[in-house]
Amino acid sequence: MPVKFEVNGKPVSVDVEPRLTLADCLRHHLRLTGTHVGCEHGVCGACTVLVDGDAVRSCLMLAVQAEGAKVVTVEGLSNDDDLTPLQKSFRKHHALQCGFCTPGFITTAHALLTEEPDCDADRVREVLSGNICRCTGYIAIVEAVLDARSAYKKTTP
Amino acid sequence: MKMPPFEYACPTSLSEAVKLLASHDGEAKALAGGQSLLPMMAFRVAQPTLLVDLRKLSGLGEIKISADGVRLGALVRWRDIEDDDRLDAAHPLLKAAIAHVAHYQIRNRGTVGGSIAHADPAAEMPGIAVACDAEIAVMGKAGARIIKAADFFLGALTTALQPDEIITEVRLPAWPASRRSGFQEFARRRGDFAMAGAALFYDLDKSGKASNAHVGVIGVGDRPRRLKPVEAVLNGSAIDEATIAKAAAAASAAVEPQEDIHASAAYRRSLTGTMVERALKSAAG
Repeated sequence: MPVKFEVNGKPVSVDVEPRLTLADCLRHHLRLTGTHVGCEHGVCGACTVLVDGDAVRSCLMLAVQAEGAKVVTVEGLSNDDDLTPLQKSFRKHHALQCGFCTPGFITTAHALLTEEPDCDADRVREVLSGNICRCTGYIAIVEAVLDARSAYKKTTP
Repeated sequence: MKMPPFEYACPTSLSEAVKLLASHDGEAKALAGGQSLLPMMAFRVAQPTLLVDLRKLSGLGEIKISADGVRLGALVRWRDIEDDDRLDAAHPLLKAAIAHVAHYQIRNRGTVGGSIAHADPAAEMPGIAVACDAEIAVMGKAGARIIKAADFFLGALTTALQPDEIITEVRLPAWPASRRSGFQEFARRRGDFAMAGAALFYDLDKSGKASNAHVGVIGVGDRPRRLKPVEAVLNGSAIDEATIAKAAAAASAAVEPQEDIHASAAYRRSLTGTMVERALKSAAG
């Protein structure tokens, strides 16, 4: 069935089966493979994207449910060839090793910092508890997110 | 796992949605946030042939607060409850419980009606509905009806909802300002389903003794339930250390927990007492 929505600021139009998840639609139909699919049942957080500004699990949303929505993927958060302050912070703090979970952490942390640029470490930990990383042990990820807060304060009125 | 094929409809009115649900020999399912139903479908626990998406139905996403209590529209998300400052006073127990629901991303899509319809024995919202004597308003082919929470949950993932019925609203009775309440649950990882949890409240009379005690538990047994023996311990007593210890022991004795890969029955029984104890301490404190 035909579905129209917006991805990273550009209108897209796809013809999909109702059973197709938004995650698979992004990856296979739109070739946006930055969104990673880990568990496919809403536990690991790797597939997190922003839908109308909210961080959501794209494996727990059908592509047909995205009709009319504004979807932002990790590709939409990048800054062409330059890293964003959040990405730079992940690099600085060694907040990734294999990188599989990283798109989910970046999108989730971006949503959090956009809404709550003054969040404390407890809040960061609580929000990131919905994302699983098997490499880092999380400490570096929390530090990276906390360190990136200043970049969001400037742009958020 | 990828989901098996199904049909999809996105009606714009409640009557149309009910008609669609009634059209598939009980094999159609209403889709709200999909945060329980879609994983169930990925696991083949649920295999509906038609999903009826409720997102275009108007009027189901509101939180109404009046002298009669709090009315949660079926499409109210956990996020909406978290963000609604009025609920801090209008229903602090609801607010405390919802803070434990799943994770950040799930809370952006998961809904009150979806959780009630899914009826996981460890879920917070069904526990609050039972503990608070909520009424669940539904609409079906035969018209609207109200089901008491105590009669709604029949077992794990099993409810009194008919295949053609849609939950429209959950009604929580009014909450007096002086009421004491507590919510506690324990899970190995924050946001995971609780191995045991307690949602409770009581009122205090002029002499400082508890009355109207309601004690609900989740994660122990096949559905959320109230523990009348614990309520009997609390009613007419001051909530001091001795009463709390007695209530915790009564709670452990009153439940028939199941054993699974997460915890043994004996552990859950003990944990239930601890959760009731902690909830009472936070209520009294």
